Amino acid sequence: MTTTAKPRTVGAARTRVEGREKVTGAARYASEQPFEELAHGWLVLSTVARGRVRAVGEEAVRTLPGVLTVLHSGNAPRLTTDFVSLLGPPDPVVALFQHDRVPHLGWPVALVVAETPEQAREAAEALVVEYDEEPHDVAFRAGRPGTYTPEDGSAVAAKGDLEAELASSSVLVDASYTTPEQHHSAMEPHAATARWAEGRLEVLDTNQGTGWVAGDLAQLFSLDASSVRVRSEHIGGAFGSKGVRPHQVGAVMAATVLHRPVRLALTRRQVFAVTGYRSPTAQRVRLGADPDGRLRAFGHEALNLTSTLRPFVETSAVFGRVMYDARAHHTAHRLVGLDMPTPTWMRAPGEAPGSFAVESALDELAERLDMDPIALRARNEPETGPLSGLPFSSRNLLGCFEEGARRFGWAGRDPRPRLRREGRWLLGTGTAAATYPSGAAPSTASVTAEPDGGFTVRISAADVGTGARTALTLVAAEALDVDPERVTVRIGDSDFGQAWVAGGSMGTRSWSLAVVSAAEELRGRLALSDGDIPPEGITARTDTAGLLAELAKKERHSFGAQFAEVAVDVTTGEVRVRRMLGVFAAGRIINPLTARSQLVGGMIWGLSMALHEEAVRDAASGGQVGADFAGYHIAANADVPVIEADWIDDPVPDDPVGVKGIGEIGIVGAAAAISNAVWHATGVRHRDLPLRPDRILQAEETGPGA
Amino acid sequence: MKEFSYQRATDVEGAVALLDADPDARYLGGGTNLVDLMKTGVERPGRLVDVRELPLDRIEPTAEGGLRIGATVTNSDLAAHPEVRSRYPALAEAVLAGASGQLRNMATVGGNLLQRTRCPYFTDTSLPCNKRTPGSGCSAATGEHRNGAVLGASAHCVAVHPSDMGVALAAFDAVVSFETAEGSGELPLADFYLPVGDTPHRETALPQGALITAVTLPPAPVAARSRYRKVRERASYAFAIGSAAGALDVADGTVRDVRLAFGAVASHPWRARAAERMLLGQPAGEAAFAAAADAELAAAQVLEQNAYKLPLLRNLVVSLLTELAEEAAR
Amino acid sequence: MAPATASAITLKINGEHHTLTVDNRTTLLDALRERLGLTGSKKGCDQGQCGACTVLVDGRRTVACLQLAVAAEGRAVTTIEGVADGEQLHPVQQAFLDLDGYQCGYCTPGQICSALGVLDEHAAGWPSAATGDVRPEAGPPPLTPEEIRERMSGNLCRCGAYVSIVQAVSQAAADPARPATGTDPKEPAA
Repeated sequence: MTTTAKPRTVGAARTRVEGREKVTGAARYASEQPFEELAHGWLVLSTVARGRVRAVGEEAVRTLPGVLTVLHSGNAPRLTTDFVSLLGPPDPVVALFQHDRVPHLGWPVALVVAETPEQAREAAEALVVEYDEEPHDVAFRAGRPGTYTPEDGSAVAAKGDLEAELASSSVLVDASYTTPEQHHSAMEPHAATARWAEGRLEVLDTNQGTGWVAGDLAQLFSLDASSVRVRSEHIGGAFGSKGVRPHQVGAVMAATVLHRPVRLALTRRQVFAVTGYRSPTAQRVRLGADPDGRLRAFGHEALNLTSTLRPFVETSAVFGRVMYDARAHHTAHRLVGLDMPTPTWMRAPGEAPGSFAVESALDELAERLDMDPIALRARNEPETGPLSGLPFSSRNLLGCFEEGARRFGWAGRDPRPRLRREGRWLLGTGTAAATYPSGAAPSTASVTAEPDGGFTVRISAADVGTGARTALTLVAAEALDVDPERVTVRIGDSDFGQAWVAGGSMGTRSWSLAVVSAAEELRGRLALSDGDIPPEGITARTDTAGLLAELAKKERHSFGAQFAEVAVDVTTGEVRVRRMLGVFAAGRIINPLTARSQLVGGMIWGLSMALHEEAVRDAASGGQVGADFAGYHIAANADVPVIEADWIDDPVPDDPVGVKGIGEIGIVGAAAAISNAVWHATGVRHRDLPLRPDRILQAEETGPGA
Repeated sequence: MKEFSYQRATDVEGAVALLDADPDARYLGGGTNLVDLMKTGVERPGRLVDVRELPLDRIEPTAEGGLRIGATVTNSDLAAHPEVRSRYPALAEAVLAGASGQLRNMATVGGNLLQRTRCPYFTDTSLPCNKRTPGSGCSAATGEHRNGAVLGASAHCVAVHPSDMGVALAAFDAVVSFETAEGSGELPLADFYLPVGDTPHRETALPQGALITAVTLPPAPVAARSRYRKVRERASYAFAIGSAAGALDVADGTVRDVRLAFGAVASHPWRARAAERMLLGQPAGEAAFAAAADAELAAAQVLEQNAYKLPLLRNLVVSLLTELAEEAAR
Repeated sequence: MAPATASAITLKINGEHHTLTVDNRTTLLDALRERLGLTGSKKGCDQGQCGACTVLVDGRRTVACLQLAVAAEGRAVTTIEGVADGEQLHPVQQAFLDLDGYQCGYCTPGQICSALGVLDEHAAGWPSAATGDVRPEAGPPPLTPEEIRERMSGNLCRCGAYVSIVQAVSQAAADPARPATGTDPKEPAA
């Protein structure tokens, strides 16, 4: 090993190793590899929300120019769908053409494959599908009939007598909040190219875990796991939506039937329809406090919708189980099954909507107590996990608030609303707390010492824009004690072995553990060797299952404090965020440059959630109204002011890598901070997202204090 | 998208002749709306006649002292033009408030006037829509209509016209010139769009196959002090939920001339003539501005989800005219 | 005989001529990606609602998804692949790389091409919706962060890289070494 002084690796800002490819257009994404004889698929989605497919008019379409095949429930190969894999059972929508039932609008009913995309599109549009339509129900709202408590063991958590503690509290908040249906909207639509080559199925895809997708495809098509290879080199955003979806299944099905490579790229509208979404939520928060702000009662009930096919819990009520203690602490989830697609994980599943409700309610409580919102949170800082009693691996929430308040200029803030004006704009500031679990899952990695003095890391990790490829380069360099230039990290290939996915803020942490472990083992072997590296190199491979099993049981989470300043024109309903600051305690930060980007990106998600995002369902058809980027708004550049994210030291003493994960925490609490700032500006509490102009205007018409 | 033939027109007569001979043909300008509608299946032309290279890309002064804007002038060129910015600033502002830099570089003035509504039911071919499929019903009237019309709508259609440019053009009495196989014609913008009634699919008074060749702005000294204000659900790159173009001339505190038009409230850019009539000769001030807005909106009919548009428009009028009056006083 | 629904065309892309026969339905974006191997221009929405496919046509930024390939014949197209000078990155590219003006990278080529258009449009004195006074007598607007935000708003970025995108465009605008793209927008029609 080299002994010369080197610049810091982990902890020093470093541009992305694939940056040049990305700024020159050379980086190839899933649908961008050329293939000889490539055929193009086009999905046909149901136009009814419930019923059965009566007939598919394939004969008229098979004779159209270029059409190669039409697959549907009457002729599609059978799939195995009753399995449980890395992330649970597959989403029901991947059971492509396995029956004639239509459980929601946008259910895939046919796949047309043709020589060119233009021909496939026209044939798909020309395909007449007849349905036996049945009445549907897509109406989600609090208090509707048909709700149930899911069997999921974590659906309900409780200690103490909530009603009794509420009754003995001197200050109460009992408020209902809603968040709408939200869509991931990664800029790269889902696309896969499948082909059979030398007895193996090869799939070029865009996903959060090649091993996960390969494993599921093997199960679905009853193939030997080793005969499926999935690659996903560059991924144009994911946010929870890029798992096993109809595009891979359709591409594999068609490639198998046609014996030639098939690409299936979803249109933007189809992405909205078949790749999952965050369920709307209706939440009730009940808080009871003593005059000094100490919580006696904490109640949070969250309702979300799921499909008629599968329960999916948006775990909104989990947030308070980590955040605040109270004598009585009740949190519960309920579901209602509707004729809707099955929801799925979306950036900070649970915590994103849950923090909006709880952190808004805390602000309302602070108002009633005439107490500073930060002081109220400090008053309720728990020593140990409020429900588990376990120690925190590290919890620096108050440090985040202190640093944030200092930098934001919180001190001296006049808490009274509707006092500050600048031209037509009313100004206000708000704050909120954030937390997200810091988990890890077993992963394998290999590190090879090459004869040329370089090192190659192989791990089936995914860089969905997080900078994982760069972070793992730095982690490996540090563990090997070499310059990062000598390390090549190869990811996005299921042949590299099983590893956790890019999800749950667990990717970089899980993969770092595996890479460090393999690097350490390699160093040990190199120390024992005579220094000669054979042509094939020396490779160490490890699995972190044992390591993780030994990790002490603790409350392991990231924490953060969010601050926002807004301007509101109550005569037009326009809300503009003027600045945001987030300060986080998120363990060891590997690459400050990309970490800051990711945290700021999360905060922009929070801004977008607060002001823009909302998928609306048409009651009559059951479909999404305006399923495109003109109908589903995400924040544009002009919506986003200067946003700063920073972090405080947050050592995790007993953790082998000290990395906590930062993918989700940026969004947590951000919408509440903005909404609290809107109250401070206008004096009106808004409990329904997004904060649309019509809502601001209507609140003005009905008067403040509504 | 079905197969189509493509021809690039080199002169107006040739372009008009091609459309006249083929009811299945459409003119292709910037394509920002038509190509999108072809992708969603709303439009299925058998022939496209590309008119972008026609010599209609000039902005020229008229003998009367107005401006004649060629139909293929892009939105970008219109908004950047010194004469437009100087003499009709609200028009430049309206154009700049629309779409994105990329789309403004492609879109043309003629196409802007003929663009179709962005009502989500219109662009979803699986759902009823009287504008797209006459007689099929209006999904928006009973469904989602937060951005639905409050003026001049009917039970058959509540869609709004998405143009920003058109709002300023309406305020400034623009006149549309067109060419058909039978010859040339002109339509004041006030007569250009047809009332919704029970035929929402019939949107303009243009004869079949007509090609818009120019839009002429008559001289309007009042327009030199004019502004466009647009409210939308994003700070940029979104269609209006309410907008207003206004121009004001005040002398000795009295309104001497005024122009006012609204966007995103009706099936076409809405000239607020009742408000204008009421303001002429009145003392300029918030009370008069509010009363004028109320007069214009007196005929409004709101649906379940779009009542907010009335206070929005009223507030916009007051704020915009107050700003112009203050400018005048400086 | 039915009129042809395909056309033999020559496209001029990054200074090179490409002759091919296209289905008239083929957009410029699909011709670039599917026929010419130029996959740097991205398909984010295919409806002109995201800007990921932004290219320069005759020096002006446009969305390639709403431009028919057959209608692009005779026009000079610059894609992301034609922005760098050999191995030397354009200052806009370098600024995106240095300041981390991207995450997943999918919207990035469109952002960079759009930024090139923004710089030229600003240099030509074009106002924007963020310009307080659009009248020529008010003078050309300075390229403030607010102006950059408005002018770059036709390029959505779901990862949320806007803050560093604005910094990158700002830095590149101030770079004295910034080469002319050779794509200055023509003067407004007189």
